[in-house]
Amino acid sequence: MSSTAAPTHDQGHDHDHEHHGPAPGLSRWIFTTNHKDIGTLYLLFSLLMFFIGGAMALVIRAELFQPGLQIVDPHFFNQMTTMHALVMIFGAVMPAFVGLANWLIPIMIGAPDMALPRMNNWSFWIMPFAFTLLLSTLFTAGGGPAGGWTLYPPLVLQTGEAFPFVILAVHMMGASSIMGAINIVATILNLRAPTMTLMKMPLFVWTWLITAFLLIAVMPVLAGAVTMLLTDKYFGTSFFNAAGGGDPVMFQHIFWFFGHPEVYIMILPAFGVISMIIPTFARKPLFGYASMVYATASIAFLSFIVWAHHMFTVGMPLAGELFFMYATMLIAVPTGVKVFNWISTMWRGSMTFETPMLFALAFVILFTIGGFSGLMLAIAPADFQYQDTYFVVAHFHYVLVPGAVFSIMAAAYYWLPKWTGHMYNEKLGQWHFWLSVVGINVLFFPQHFLGLAGMPRRIPDYALQFTEFNMISTVGAFIFGISQLLFAYNVIQTIRGGAKATDQVWEGAKGLEWTLSSPPPYHTFQTAPRVD
Amino acid sequence: MAISRVVQGIVALGGALLGWSTSAYAEFALNMPRGVTPVSHDVYNLHMQIFWICVVIGIGVFGVMFWSIYHHRKSRGAVPAQFHESTLIEILWTIVPMAILIVMAVPATATLVRMYDTRDAELTVKVTGYQWRWQYDYLDEGVGFFSTLSTPQAQIRNVVAKGEHYLLEVDNPLVVPVGKKVRILTTAADVIHSWWVPELGWKKDAIPGFVNETWTQIEKPGIYRGQCAELCGRDHGFMPIVVKAVPEAEFKQWLTEMKAKVNPQTAENNPISKPAIVSGGQSL
Repeated sequence: MSSTAAPTHDQGHDHDHEHHGPAPGLSRWIFTTNHKDIGTLYLLFSLLMFFIGGAMALVIRAELFQPGLQIVDPHFFNQMTTMHALVMIFGAVMPAFVGLANWLIPIMIGAPDMALPRMNNWSFWIMPFAFTLLLSTLFTAGGGPAGGWTLYPPLVLQTGEAFPFVILAVHMMGASSIMGAINIVATILNLRAPTMTLMKMPLFVWTWLITAFLLIAVMPVLAGAVTMLLTDKYFGTSFFNAAGGGDPVMFQHIFWFFGHPEVYIMILPAFGVISMIIPTFARKPLFGYASMVYATASIAFLSFIVWAHHMFTVGMPLAGELFFMYATMLIAVPTGVKVFNWISTMWRGSMTFETPMLFALAFVILFTIGGFSGLMLAIAPADFQYQDTYFVVAHFHYVLVPGAVFSIMAAAYYWLPKWTGHMYNEKLGQWHFWLSVVGINVLFFPQHFLGLAGMPRRIPDYALQFTEFNMISTVGAFIFGISQLLFAYNVIQTIRGGAKATDQVWEGAKGLEWTLSSPPPYHTFQTAPRVD
Repeated sequence: MAISRVVQGIVALGGALLGWSTSAYAEFALNMPRGVTPVSHDVYNLHMQIFWICVVIGIGVFGVMFWSIYHHRKSRGAVPAQFHESTLIEILWTIVPMAILIVMAVPATATLVRMYDTRDAELTVKVTGYQWRWQYDYLDEGVGFFSTLSTPQAQIRNVVAKGEHYLLEVDNPLVVPVGKKVRILTTAADVIHSWWVPELGWKKDAIPGFVNETWTQIEKPGIYRGQCAELCGRDHGFMPIVVKAVPEAEFKQWLTEMKAKVNPQTAENNPISKPAIVSGGQSL
């Protein structure tokens, strides 16, 4: 990593002519090993997947507007619920955070690029192929996967021709995630500026370091589980077939050993983003930096020992139920520490409410509501009622949409001026925020009531007493869905032009990325910066 | 009609948020049912207790946050303080939540232990899930039958008006006596299903190759409806559960009638004389 740049080289100014600029035309994007280009690719890919997955959600909500079957066949409905989840988790949320990591980690820790730039190119370019494969299964005989994203056997083994393609697509996404995670760990541990000690790293970098370890630990577990499904279907093994001495519940244990850390893979980087944005707009340092780091690590550790709370109703022994109930309840403690930290950061600050801050504040409130329903779900005997109902649907959408997705939008508005050199349209951003926050609550809040009143999840048609809340929920879904077009429009307009952003961008912004020009040169920090 | 339902819904939602849901209908649609078994009452109480704890914490936390958002804003001339970290506060906000969790865990543990006590049942029913119907076998009585959705396709396809119990009605309900401890064994013949009647306070997965054990004791006669809760394929939304709880005497009478029209599947429990079998064979 030696640099030949002159010692007087000033990183903050335009010295593009000294460096290799981007390759011309399409080859720039196909062959790029530049972390900024790859970050952009990840983010745009994730935006596209967000709209594809969102369109599937609108099919689901449209069918559920009224009782009776109106729009789609129940089998296609099941394909939509399954694909919506796979696309949103693996195609929208995860790549968005990897995109943010690519763009931001090197410029936050003073590194010239990611540690493994060629592998970085590959980890992105696997994704479009994986998702083309996955989405193409909708057109195979028997349709796409319809057994739910959790792929429970024996039901998933009834999938038609789509089955091996789905498994291969999951393997490709897994390979991409593992490579991305290895790259992030290698970059953070090896390429920090010498004065950037671990406990000086921005929280976004910390949360991603921990997330990357979670990814490396659990993606191979998913790969193992889906491979066993494949051999059960085509090679006569009986890993999960009770008739052959196997155990269908074992699949659930293996799946959720991946699946629960996966949930935190989608939320820990969000915690990092929020912990960057709130101090900026409160103009006050984060209340407890060290305790945030320890809370993140505790949540990551706990994520490995709570998986069976997704399976309280499979008939575990009493001791198992009690263990997983207590362990799950414990997660409330470090999560509470985070929420208290954000609020103490706001306390006696000097706040302004630009779009990133609005999304961050909505995150704190709505994620906490998702946390409350999570605490209720942790109580095993009550979970016997909540399990597999719309209450669960409301819970995980509260933590994933106004949780993970809002944090991604907050991040996009917050760093977009840095990335593009242009300010986004603040007025449009505020419209996008208010429509989203109203839409999301109209969409998901009534689902709590539906679940408590007895509506199971993943049903295309329902009894008459659930009609009103389903209608409200569908109205909210369309408000939320359509208002995301404002976001896409605002992002595209900001890329194309707009008011010139300053280097600092936000009055209260602190950190290495804000010392660079807006937009930063193609290659940055070829000499390590000094951090005090 | 659709518009008026939306309006009704918005009114119901407003009512829910403001806490003045007065009509019994609204209450059922908004919250978990209290149920009709001792266990379901425990579960309901647990649910409400934790709900209110969350409400109180929420008011506290969001109250501080909104106060801060209102008062500590730049447009009001707030000057940012620069304080950070306080060991005392950080210890407090770790220990206090721990204490609250322990308060929640105690009744939860007690309820769970009670739910797992399947001893001394007076009747055992085996529930088997199929794609897409339920089979009920009264194990010691030699009575068994299938229970299938009875809502006509015309209602599902929106050809005729939907009935009162749309999608929650079956041809043969499960009949159980009130006041008796009934052990319920769940299993499945093809894929995983889950047997759930909200009024009983729990659901239990029906898994091929496994027999799960649980119990109920219904306090008052009535008809209680539920659904399969685990995605089980195309018609997952169309395999409801109906439980009819009747007084002991009526149950005995029902059982006798069922035994009379005994089902060939359970014939080994009902010895038939050799000549009857021979003459039955000759008549084929």
